[in-house]
Amino acid sequence: MKTVYVDNNATTKVAPEVVEAMLPYFSDFYGNPSSMHFFGGQVQKSVNEAREQVADFLGADPSEIVFTSCGTESDNAAIFGTLDSNPEKRHFITSRVEHPAVMNIPTVLSRKGYRTTEISVDREGRLDLDELKESITDQTVLVSIMYANNETGVLFPIEGIGEIVKSRGIPFHTDAVQAAGKLSLNMKKSTVDLLSISGHKLHAPKGVGVLYIRKGTKFSPFMIGGHQEKGRRGGTENVPYIIGLGKACELAKKHLEDENTRVRALRDYLESKILEKIPNTLINGDRNHRLPNTLSVSFEYVEGESILLLLSDMGICASSGSACTSGSLEPSHVLRAMGVPFTAAHGSIRFSLSVYNTKEEMDHIIEHLPPVIQRLRDISPFWKDYLKSQKKG
Amino acid sequence: MWDYTEKVKDHFLNPRNVGEIENPDGAGEVGSLACGDALRLTFQLDENKRIKDVKFKTFGCASAIASSSALTEIIKGMTLEEAEKVTNQDIANYLGGLPEEKMHCSVMGKEALQAAIANFRGQKIAKEEYEVVCKCFGVTDKEIERAIRENNLRTVEQVTYYTKAGGGCAQCHPKIGALIERVRREMATEGPPPQPEKRKLTNIQKIKLIEETLGREIVPALKADGGDLELIDIDGNKVYVALRGKCSFCPSSEFTLKQYVESKLKEFVSNDIVVEEVRP
Repeated sequence: MKTVYVDNNATTKVAPEVVEAMLPYFSDFYGNPSSMHFFGGQVQKSVNEAREQVADFLGADPSEIVFTSCGTESDNAAIFGTLDSNPEKRHFITSRVEHPAVMNIPTVLSRKGYRTTEISVDREGRLDLDELKESITDQTVLVSIMYANNETGVLFPIEGIGEIVKSRGIPFHTDAVQAAGKLSLNMKKSTVDLLSISGHKLHAPKGVGVLYIRKGTKFSPFMIGGHQEKGRRGGTENVPYIIGLGKACELAKKHLEDENTRVRALRDYLESKILEKIPNTLINGDRNHRLPNTLSVSFEYVEGESILLLLSDMGICASSGSACTSGSLEPSHVLRAMGVPFTAAHGSIRFSLSVYNTKEEMDHIIEHLPPVIQRLRDISPFWKDYLKSQKKG
Repeated sequence: MWDYTEKVKDHFLNPRNVGEIENPDGAGEVGSLACGDALRLTFQLDENKRIKDVKFKTFGCASAIASSSALTEIIKGMTLEEAEKVTNQDIANYLGGLPEEKMHCSVMGKEALQAAIANFRGQKIAKEEYEVVCKCFGVTDKEIERAIRENNLRTVEQVTYYTKAGGGCAQCHPKIGALIERVRREMATEGPPPQPEKRKLTNIQKIKLIEETLGREIVPALKADGGDLELIDIDGNKVYVALRGKCSFCPSSEFTLKQYVESKLKEFVSNDIVVEEVRP
C-alpha cells in the first residue's frame, strides 16, 4: 500500500542529505567537542559550523544559538530561564492556544506564586491584541506567544506583538517550532528575544532543538551542568544531531520558496477539492494568515478518530483535534479556544504537508476522503437528523 | 495510536446491523454531539418476545462504533430479560477487550440498551431521582455508582475512563472520590458480587467462542512457555484438547488444564465448561 504522509506538523522525514551529513559523527568523528586533543577539537569545529548554519538560517549571530534536546526543552529553558533571572516579577503572559510545552507551564508556575494571563483568540484563531496590551503590568516578567499554531497553522503577528511587549521593556519569547522552515526568519530585524525551534519539524531527526537567545537577554541556565553552550545549557553536545540540524537549516533556507509556492499550491488544491466534494465542511483558522503547509478542516456530524483510522487503512496519515485523539475527553484546546462548535470540533482533521508531497498524493486523498466521510455519516445518527431538518427548512 | 484488538478493528471497519428500524418496538438514545459520542439503538421483537432485529447508528470513535456493533450481535435472539443482564464488560469481552481509556464506549452501549428496553416497556427513567455529578458530560451519580459496582472501579481516573465523568473541567473530582469511597464501603459489607450469568449460546456460537478464547487467551500464554494446545473436539460442554510441545510432558499439565485452560473457558464462554485431555 502506498503511504501518503501528510502529518508533517507532527514530525517530518529526515532529509537524506541530513542523514548523510550525520553518519560520520557516530563512529568516525566521535570525539567530545570539549576535549583538548585534536580528535575532539575537529568535532568542536564541526559543531561550530552547524551553529553557523543555524545562525545563518535565523539571521542571527552564532553566539546567540544554544542547542537543546527538543522544542519542549527550548520552550521550558526560555520561560524558566527568564523567570529565574528576573525573580522579583511574578506575572507571565501567554495565549490560550499554545503547544503543551508552553501551555502546561502556568500550572507549575501557579504553585510558585505566579499569576498567568492567557490571551484569548477569536473564531478565526486571531489573537486579541487589545487584551494583550491591557494585561501587561509592572509585574509582567515574560510574554510567550507562539509564532504559528500547530493545529490550524494560524500565524500570529509576532513583530507587532513584539513591539507592544518591548515598548514596556519586557522580554519576549516565541515558540517558532512550526514557523521555522516555512516562514523567512530574520532575528537581526526582529523584536523577539528568545525563539524556540525543533529539529524534527524541519527534516532533522527527533531529539535536537535550538533556543535562540538575543545578546544581552537576561537568562539563567535551565539545564545545569558543564560549560557547554557557553554555560547556557549543560550536557555534552549531541554532536551527530547538531550536525544534522545544521544541514537541515541549510536545506530549509533553500526550500523556503518551494514551501511558499508549490507546497502552498498543493495545500490550496487539496482544500478547494475537499470543500467542493464534501458538504458540511468548514476550514478552521484564518485562511489569510496561515502556514503554507497546514490545512485544518472539520467534517460535521462525524468523529475525527474514526476518520483517521479509515484514512490510515488507505495509507493516508493525518491527525485530528478530536477528543478521542487528543488523549482526553474534550476536543483540542485550540479549537475550543476558537469557539469551533461541537458539531465540527469533534470531526476536525489536520493535513500538514512538506516539500516531499506531490500532486498525485493530493489526488489520492481527494479520491479516498469523500467516501470515508460519507460512510461515517451513514452510520451517524445526526447526519440523518440534519438531512431531515434541511428538507423541512 | 490506540491498541485495538483485531475484533474491534473488524467491527469498526465492517460494522454489523447499521441503521434504524422503522416503527421499532423499542428505541433508545444516549450521548450527544457535544459529548463526542452518541448511540441510537432500535429493536424489534418476534412473536416469542425475542429480539428479532436490532440496529444502531453511532457518532463516535472506532471503539464506540465497534461497541455498538458488538452489542447488536450479542443481544440478537435474546429475550429482553436476557438482554437486560448484558453488562458493559460483556461488550468489551466480546471485542477481546478495549483500552481502559475507552471503556466508556462499552458503557454507552449498555446505557442505550437500557434506554431502549425502558422505552419498550413505556417506562420513563426518572431523572429527578438522580443528581448530575459531572456537569461537563451530564453524568449522574446513579450512572457512576453502577459503573463502580459493575467494573469494580477504584480511582477517579477509572471512573472517567468508564463514564467520562470528570473528564472536562475536573471540578467534580472530589465528589466522584467521595462516591467511590461510599460505594466501595457498601460493596465490602455486601460481600463479593454474584457471578454474572453467562448468556445462552447456540452450539455454533459456543464453538466459535471456545476457539476464539483458546486463540486469544490461552494458546499465546502456553506458547510463551514453549508449550501449545490443540482443540480436538467439543461435545456439549466438554472440550477435548491435546497438549503439545513442552506441555505434553510437563508434570503440572493437569494443573495447567484445570486451573488455566478450564478457568479461562469458564470465564469467557460458560460456567459449565469441562476440559478433558486427549492423550495419544
